[in-house]
Amino acid sequence: MNYKLIISIAKSLLLARWRQTMVAAIGVTFSITMFIALLSFMTGLNDLLDGLILNRTPHIRLFNEIKPKEIQPISIADNYKNHYHFISSIKSENGRQDIYNSAAVIKAVNEDTRVLGLAPKITTQVFYNDGTVDITGIVNGIDVDEENKLFHFSDYIIGGNTMDIKNIPNSIILGKPLAEKLHIAIGDIVQVITVKSDRFSLKVVGLFQSGVREFDKTQGFASISTTQKLMGKANNYLTDIQIKLKDINEAPAIAKEYAEKFGTDAEDIQTANAQFETGSFIRTLISYAVGITLLIVAGFGIYNILNMLIYEKMDSIAILKATGFSGKDVKAVFIFIALTIGISGGTLGLVLGFSLANIIDQVPFNTASIPTVTTYPVNYDLNIYLIAALFSLITTYLAGLLPARKASKVDPVVIIRGK
Amino acid sequence: MDNIILEAKHINKYFHDPVGIKVLNDITFKIMKEEFVSVIGKSGCGKSTLLYILSTMDTDFEGDLLIDNVSLVDKKDKQLAQIRNKKIGFIFQFHYLLNEFSVLQNVMLPGLKLAEFSEKEIEQRAMEKLAMLDIKQLASKRANQLSGGEKQRVAIARALINDPDIIMGDEPTGNLDKKNREIVFDIFKRLAQEFHQSLLIVTHDTTLAEIANRTIEMEDGRIIKQ
Repeated sequence: MNYKLIISIAKSLLLARWRQTMVAAIGVTFSITMFIALLSFMTGLNDLLDGLILNRTPHIRLFNEIKPKEIQPISIADNYKNHYHFISSIKSENGRQDIYNSAAVIKAVNEDTRVLGLAPKITTQVFYNDGTVDITGIVNGIDVDEENKLFHFSDYIIGGNTMDIKNIPNSIILGKPLAEKLHIAIGDIVQVITVKSDRFSLKVVGLFQSGVREFDKTQGFASISTTQKLMGKANNYLTDIQIKLKDINEAPAIAKEYAEKFGTDAEDIQTANAQFETGSFIRTLISYAVGITLLIVAGFGIYNILNMLIYEKMDSIAILKATGFSGKDVKAVFIFIALTIGISGGTLGLVLGFSLANIIDQVPFNTASIPTVTTYPVNYDLNIYLIAALFSLITTYLAGLLPARKASKVDPVVIIRGK
Repeated sequence: MDNIILEAKHINKYFHDPVGIKVLNDITFKIMKEEFVSVIGKSGCGKSTLLYILSTMDTDFEGDLLIDNVSLVDKKDKQLAQIRNKKIGFIFQFHYLLNEFSVLQNVMLPGLKLAEFSEKEIEQRAMEKLAMLDIKQLASKRANQLSGGEKQRVAIARALINDPDIIMGDEPTGNLDKKNREIVFDIFKRLAQEFHQSLLIVTHDTTLAEIANRTIEMEDGRIIKQ
């Protein structure tokens, strides 16, 4: 096939109806622009909302839950082996909350190649004391370096210096609403009463805001050693080991494996936060549905223009066929017209979509709950652009295919004799 | 035998819509190389129908059609298009030029499709054809800027561009005034006499029929005189 000739014919037909062609191309441009802007914004928002929870949530958490023993003594007793046991009023045992042999567990997990990293943690209940008022709360003993690396801890610190809880002994970072309740500012001392009624004075070195106010109202963060001191425990006492994996999808399987291997409870992120995944999936699905609908509508525009062009240029098609152009050549001409509209409109759409996403990215978006965010969140994922480009090609090709096939089937005899 | 350029063997053609009518009945004839044949007959006698069958554009017929001693029955759409491109030059009653192209481009188009020569050569050949038809000065004009007679001459140049074995014309003078008709007559005469071009012209213009070497007369789908 002589492509140069096909292209020059297509070009002349395009130019003969350049206004309509431009309208069709603008339709594609508009739909691609909106598709990209919509998806950039929507997935950006999704990532932000998911990140709010998921970034701070370990993929697997190893801990010991307070619960009744699954195997009660009577089940093991030989005398009652073949009996059905009715046991009422089972109580949880006074088990240890810390992870047994934690140093060995940490070593084993660190050696696992599927693991990105781990952060040990202690959680304990305390009372924050302010004069006559005691506020129930939690002190989290954390390894600041690992928390920063794995869970972006410092992103949520809105005052003071994160590293101070590691460097200054007996220091604490408080949730901002909690600090407000206690009338405490950075540099002040907060009284903490442990569950064993020991009283400690800790220096407040920072304020923390996660975006979930109810959560922030109770939280305090101290170093692991400070927390161990608070609880009067040895330096191998850890209640949680938070693990981040290289592939989040492996979490349920690995959690199960660890639970058996280390004899602890293991909770994976999918179980702990199932609702977030569902939410973001649905939001993304809706955005794609809207975007693709836009593209299909643009496709109908192209279909219309080409159909009109074919009726208008019926004589030209007939004469091309009479002078030796085959149906295939004629089809190629119209497919080429469709793809030209698609590619030119689509390319412009990609550029405008990127610009629009950029503009959205500049719009101020201040929310007290997410201190790290100052403008609307936008995702510049290359995949969105690739999908948009691919879909614009596919829809314009399909929109061109039907009219092109019609043109290729034009019978020159019918047209020429009809005159 | 070698001198036969076109041969029709027992061609029958039916129109099925709205009722089955036999429009061509056992048409058999030959056209020799360098022969100028005209087909005459009253309107509706089937002469145009025959021409479209001979031009390979209409494939819905019975019988056999040979161009250059090759049977065209059962050839595919693409092969027929190639034959039309290379071996047949067609002139219609209406000029059918592409308005988006210049005169030169219109003439070059079938040549570019055939791609036997480079674009430069095709352009030169097209200019020669235009010069031969005395319309060289129109080369750069757009097709829709020409007069009817000029357009028809451009259409003739287009038919000639690939040096076809045979030129077919369907009432080529039907839409022209007297002056232009005479110009076209002269062109056909020159083509036949100077360039030894085979011509098959369907017409009911008796003057045109008179220039021809041979006249085939048709009536009611049959050849009554040849």
